[in-house]
Amino acid sequence: MSFISIQGLTVAFDGTQVLHGIDLEIGRGEALGLVGESGCGKSVTWLAALGLLPGKARVGGSVKIDGEELIGASRTQVERVRGKRIAMIFQDPSSSLNPVHRVGRQIMESLTLHRGLKGQAAKAEAIRLMDLVGIPSAATRIDLYPHEFSGGQCQRVMIAMALAGEPDLLIADEPTTALDATIQAQILDLLSQIRAETGMAMVLISHDLGAVSAVCDRAAVMYAGRIVEMNDTAALFSAPRHPYTRGLFDAIPEIDGDRGRLKPIHGTVPDPRALPQGCAFAPRCGSADTRCHTRSPEPQAGREGGLLACFHPVAWAVPLMTSPQGIPA
Amino acid sequence: MPKFILAKLARAFLTIMMVMTFAFIVLRLSGDPAQVLLGPDAPLDAVIAFRERWGLNDPIWKQYLAYLTQIMRLDFGVSMRSQTPAINLVLERVPATLALTIPALILKLGIGIPAGVYAALHRGSLADRGVIMLSIFGFTIPSFVLGLVLVLIFAVSLTWLPSGGQDTYWHAVLPIITLSIGGIGILARFSRSAMIEVLGQPYIRTAMSKGLPWRDVVWKHALPNAAVPIVTLVGFMVGALIAGAVVVESIFAWPGVGRLIVISVANRDLAVVQALLLVIAASMVIANLLVDVAYGLLDPRLRSKRAAH
Ligand SMILES: Nc1ncnc2c1ncn2[C@@H]1O[C@H](COP(=O)(O)OP(=O)(O)OP(=O)(O)O)[C@@H](O)[C@H]1O
Ligand SMILES: [Mg+2]
Repeated sequence: MSFISIQGLTVAFDGTQVLHGIDLEIGRGEALGLVGESGCGKSVTWLAALGLLPGKARVGGSVKIDGEELIGASRTQVERVRGKRIAMIFQDPSSSLNPVHRVGRQIMESLTLHRGLKGQAAKAEAIRLMDLVGIPSAATRIDLYPHEFSGGQCQRVMIAMALAGEPDLLIADEPTTALDATIQAQILDLLSQIRAETGMAMVLISHDLGAVSAVCDRAAVMYAGRIVEMNDTAALFSAPRHPYTRGLFDAIPEIDGDRGRLKPIHGTVPDPRALPQGCAFAPRCGSADTRCHTRSPEPQAGREGGLLACFHPVAWAVPLMTSPQGIPA
Repeated sequence: MPKFILAKLARAFLTIMMVMTFAFIVLRLSGDPAQVLLGPDAPLDAVIAFRERWGLNDPIWKQYLAYLTQIMRLDFGVSMRSQTPAINLVLERVPATLALTIPALILKLGIGIPAGVYAALHRGSLADRGVIMLSIFGFTIPSFVLGLVLVLIFAVSLTWLPSGGQDTYWHAVLPIITLSIGGIGILARFSRSAMIEVLGQPYIRTAMSKGLPWRDVVWKHALPNAAVPIVTLVGFMVGALIAGAVVVESIFAWPGVGRLIVISVANRDLAVVQALLLVIAASMVIANLLVDVAYGLLDPRLRSKRAAH
């Protein structure tokens, strides 16, 4: 049985539906990449699963962890899952740390809560974690406040805090956006290493397709509150079937590529308040026909495994000519 | 002592000096102090003696310096009416006023803040709407109306409590209630919005995502942040401890500083008015200093901003 199982997850804010039924299973120790343009619902999916959305959000569907339902569960039930079973690294690191508490205290809080560490033991472990995520001179900086750290360092403090509870599943929401390329690689490496040691599962939410392909076993592509394609990373990256997935890959600039090859997806993500009829991607899609504009394609098992929600997938036989940077074709 | 505290003290001192200078200028502009203080019908020799006594024939800068030196010695001269030193007259009245304003402040804090926080934590509930309605009522009703209504109900109709004077503890009840209602309303309203603002911050979501019990999220993460704006408002209330009861003291014939302000202004007892000004300015400045110290304790960002100066 999968560790976490999401079925038909829906979220609406003030009557505007932003998630339209997400189905997702993640096994123990598995790493799943979640990609898609800004606003497609990547963060909201996991905030909803953990009950962290503001009160005005209406959440439907089911999220089960080891068979235990989280949606509609009591506060104490959800609190037992947070941090211990599922930890989350948030997108905006600087404002996600409490400005009036020392970073060490914020890390130790998790250590006390989940591992019963107190006093010197907690402090030593907090320093070790800060060291681990690459914060220089952790032993002295443990007593500093968040505003005394750079955005990238705050992000690393967030990561240390999430790792403190030794969670079974780590949701890393853009964990490396505030970091430069070398640190980014170090952090991804660190996460992979920890996963190898502890068997922690991970969801990597990222705009960086290279990072997803390097770290994740499977990847799901979201568009306008739906998963439109999901497959093993290797299969998905070598032969994307959904025109949107294909478009995402084509839009990646390549270091050695000439400039003319960059092909952005035309148009913009639809406003959740005014979704087009039928397939939400149809207005931007080259191969859309009348059916696409009237009916929404259901996700179906594809020929090559995985899931696909498209009436006119990109031909399977045609291999991707230009593989994304850093990914073996 | 940290440099910023010294800087604050210097600024506080300057503020008080500016207030007193302002008082000096106004006094001089409003006419010959001898005439003003002694009245238009004063005999000429009295006026001359007064001028001699207070150095009014000296050049103005010399008079100003003399005036400042007097202030430092807390010597404002003698009240026209009671012939006692003005500053004593003022300081004598302070305990009576504090006997009303300190219990009122405690009520404001003790009821206003918990009510506001509770409302924020149960946003949209019946209790929340109740708190909003009562607080609007609290800070819109003028204190003289509230005082009179309370007197009519509890002193005149029910005769449970006295309507004025200072003879027993019971005499303080109605003035204290009248004083505190408005502040309770304002604090409840303000604490509620400060708390709602903080609860929507990303770091609260982080605290929840750790698995902290809700109680700890509120006490350890939300309240310390909400305290920063609330302290500002409390600072204003502390600053008004001495001069904030003018209306209520008048309604209830309570012999405090507020009554003294009314009486000495009406009588043009300028020595007393000046002494009052100093005491009131000093109390506000001290409240300001306390707020600054509290900010530093509550918010590390402000602390390091100061250290950088
Ligand atoms: N608190 C909120 N109130 C109202 N709408 C919200 C709220 N949070 C998210 N939304 C909306 O939900 C949709 C999905 O947002 P979400 O944050 O999940 O996007 P995302 O895929 O994580 O994007 P990004 O890559 O920019 O982080 C967006 O249309 C967003 O405007
Ligand atoms: Mg997001």
